[in-house]
Amino acid sequence: MHIPDGYLGPPTYLAAYAACAPLWAVAARRLRERLSARRAPLLAISAAFSFLVMMFNVPLPGGTTGHAVGGVLIAIGVGPWGAMLSITIALAIQALLFGDGGITAIGANCLNMAFVMPFTGYAAYSLLSRLLSSEKGKAVAAGIGGWVGLNCAAFTTALMLGLQPLLHTGTDGRALYAPYPFSVAIPAMMLGHLTLFGMVEALITGLAVYFLRRSQSAWVFQPAAEEREP
Amino acid sequence: MRDYRRLWIGLVILALVSPIGLYIPEIMRTGSAWGEWGVDEIKQMIGYAPAGMERTADAWKAPMPDYALPGQEDAPLSRRSLSYVLSAFLGIAACGGGGYLLARWLTGHRGKHQA
Repeated sequence: MHIPDGYLGPPTYLAAYAACAPLWAVAARRLRERLSARRAPLLAISAAFSFLVMMFNVPLPGGTTGHAVGGVLIAIGVGPWGAMLSITIALAIQALLFGDGGITAIGANCLNMAFVMPFTGYAAYSLLSRLLSSEKGKAVAAGIGGWVGLNCAAFTTALMLGLQPLLHTGTDGRALYAPYPFSVAIPAMMLGHLTLFGMVEALITGLAVYFLRRSQSAWVFQPAAEEREP
Repeated sequence: MRDYRRLWIGLVILALVSPIGLYIPEIMRTGSAWGEWGVDEIKQMIGYAPAGMERTADAWKAPMPDYALPGQEDAPLSRRSLSYVLSAFLGIAACGGGGYLLARWLTGHRGKHQA
């Protein structure tokens, strides 16, 4: 899901940076107001966790690879705004040091994986965890949240890629950037994420929440209460 | 604090087993992730290299492309899995360090404000 350099035309990647800038600013302000010093190390831990979990490439038999992002698990720990910042750190390091995702596309990749994923997935988790309030229920809600978040991110990624032939096609009919239209990009991206990659994300998120709750980890306990601290 | 130590240990374990994410796709001979092909791969798929893509694809030369040591992108799998683990630890250090600095910056001013 890491869009490389050269896939998005300047209007798209500049717009994505422009969209991210205020979101980063809001995230920083929210955390400055609400993150307690005691929970601050979770920001570092979740950035490193996100980096690592994306190294576990999952093969889709006969085709491509994908990976989990951990965005919803992180949102459960440090809130969706905290997830936005910690996943941004991971994506920036991946692009700068390891060439995973483009430099021009950092804004776009952050929009998809650091914004869309934690917010949509966390919303799904919050909604479901009210209905499923048992310990196992919370883990199931987290797993479904992970699946929802990853798929929303895959969808917005597909939209960005599929938009390119509409914006940038030469007079000779050749694409200038990502060549596949919506009709190809959306099914291709969603196939793997709705099935295998989404299931992996769901399993990781659900199992992690189950065991973190069982061990009374600070990751899953009192985030809501401390979020309200002035 | 013991809790955080356990979480860090969990991350170290993840880093040590990270080559799983390198080996399994290799064994199953799956290609790149969808939409993450190199310019050469695109050329094979659609018959030409999109002009704008060709211009910007190398906008940045990452020091360790594909989580491999420089010049070892095509080294044997066993060598690459060592670089992969090294990359994982570099990632922990860089992301953990970045996250730590950010968290300090965000929580640091509060004491002064309230005083």
